[in-house]
Amino acid sequence: MATAVEVRDLKAWFGKTEALHGINMSVESNHATAVIGPSGCGKSTFIRCLNRMHETNPEAKAEGEVRIGGVDVYDVPAVDVRRRVGMVFQKPNPFPTMSIYDNVAAGLKLNGTRNRKTLDDAVERSLQQAALWDEVKDVLKKKSGASLSGGQQQRLCIARALAVNPEVMLMDEPASALDPISTAKIEDLIFELKQKLTIVIVTHNMQQASRVAEYTGFFLMGNLVEFDKTEKIFTNPSDKRTEDYITGRFG
Amino acid sequence: MTRTRFHQELEELKHRILAMAGMAEQAVDLSVQAYSQRDIAMCQRVLNNEPAINRAEREVDEFAVDLLAMQQPMAIDLRFILAVIKINADLERVGDQAVNIAQRVLHLVEYAPKDLPVDIPAMASKVRKMVRDALQCFIEGDADQAKRVLEADDEVDRMNKEAFANLSACMQDHPDSAAQALDALSIARNLERVADHATNIAEDVIFWIRGADVRHHAGQTASRI
Repeated sequence: MATAVEVRDLKAWFGKTEALHGINMSVESNHATAVIGPSGCGKSTFIRCLNRMHETNPEAKAEGEVRIGGVDVYDVPAVDVRRRVGMVFQKPNPFPTMSIYDNVAAGLKLNGTRNRKTLDDAVERSLQQAALWDEVKDVLKKKSGASLSGGQQQRLCIARALAVNPEVMLMDEPASALDPISTAKIEDLIFELKQKLTIVIVTHNMQQASRVAEYTGFFLMGNLVEFDKTEKIFTNPSDKRTEDYITGRFG
Repeated sequence: MTRTRFHQELEELKHRILAMAGMAEQAVDLSVQAYSQRDIAMCQRVLNNEPAINRAEREVDEFAVDLLAMQQPMAIDLRFILAVIKINADLERVGDQAVNIAQRVLHLVEYAPKDLPVDIPAMASKVRKMVRDALQCFIEGDADQAKRVLEADDEVDRMNKEAFANLSACMQDHPDSAAQALDALSIARNLERVADHATNIAEDVIFWIRGADVRHHAGQTASRI
């Protein structure tokens, strides 16, 4: 198995509070890995450490290794890390005043790409990959990102993240604010996207984790309690705490 | 996130299948008693009770399917419901075997009693114990005890083979006893099938508790359901 993200002894703090207590995990390339656990267990903190978003909080710090493509993300500038590791959040956050086109092209422009043809191609490719192209191709520059439906906005955010060709895509509850149809589109999209990149998804929806992810990690109070193939986690987990959580016996 | 209502419904499912198990057990007890006592009325009771077992099977199935659809169970809860669905089918067939025995007894009593080379009550006693033990394992969620039920099946298989050999010889040696011997042979076979269903129930308990598929000596952990 090829490893996309290798996490070793990762600890994270908010002020003096230790939120992650030494996480070890190998995320397999071109697969989706789900991170589940009760609120406050550290799952969002964990994925925010993978692209150094955690440290954008002035009170926060992290320690340990997060190797992506063999390079420790803490040895290179954060902006370079975020180019390689895209992120999609729970609430769609398109740039409200920008057109659909500019939303998708924003990352490339920020990286200095000015060639019109290159931008056009990247916008089309990214919107195609995000399964949004057919719905917006005629209004790319006429409509703002904010004018789209919630589900479309989330796919726009995915397209925006895809435009810079990331190796890894982090998704923090990407469908929790969406209706079942939009959720199904996002899940189909995850299936398509993992042919090209590696996905780590935080979700509270265990059915969603079981549908989209090949691997699942269960977090509890800042610890990775169990990490295994998803089918094992949801049918016959090894740890009693995992079983109690997924069967709703605590939480 | 504790799912109190769902877990209450799982308990309700368990109560329902145990109620059905009681009916199936009683049907076997009655049919075996009917054999020993050549009692037509008891046979009739077994036949009359069968629709209630069939109805209970449908109700348990519906309840289990509703829980699967509405609650999306995971892990041990998912395995429990799948086990119940399979145990439900086995119990219904236990009821069918009791009916088969009762029908054979109804046929048998038309003929004069014969001293046959088979100990049906002894075999029935072992089979009933297997059913009772398998259900006790289910009630207690005891996979270790369930393994012992699997072992007991070998003894019943042996008794059935012995009954077949002895009764076949009896039919050849005493053609005037052929009708009675044939009925006894069928009853032994029916009891052996009941033991197989008890074995299935025990295997389902092991699957529920341990997530291990031990059917057909698979002996491996079920990683896919």
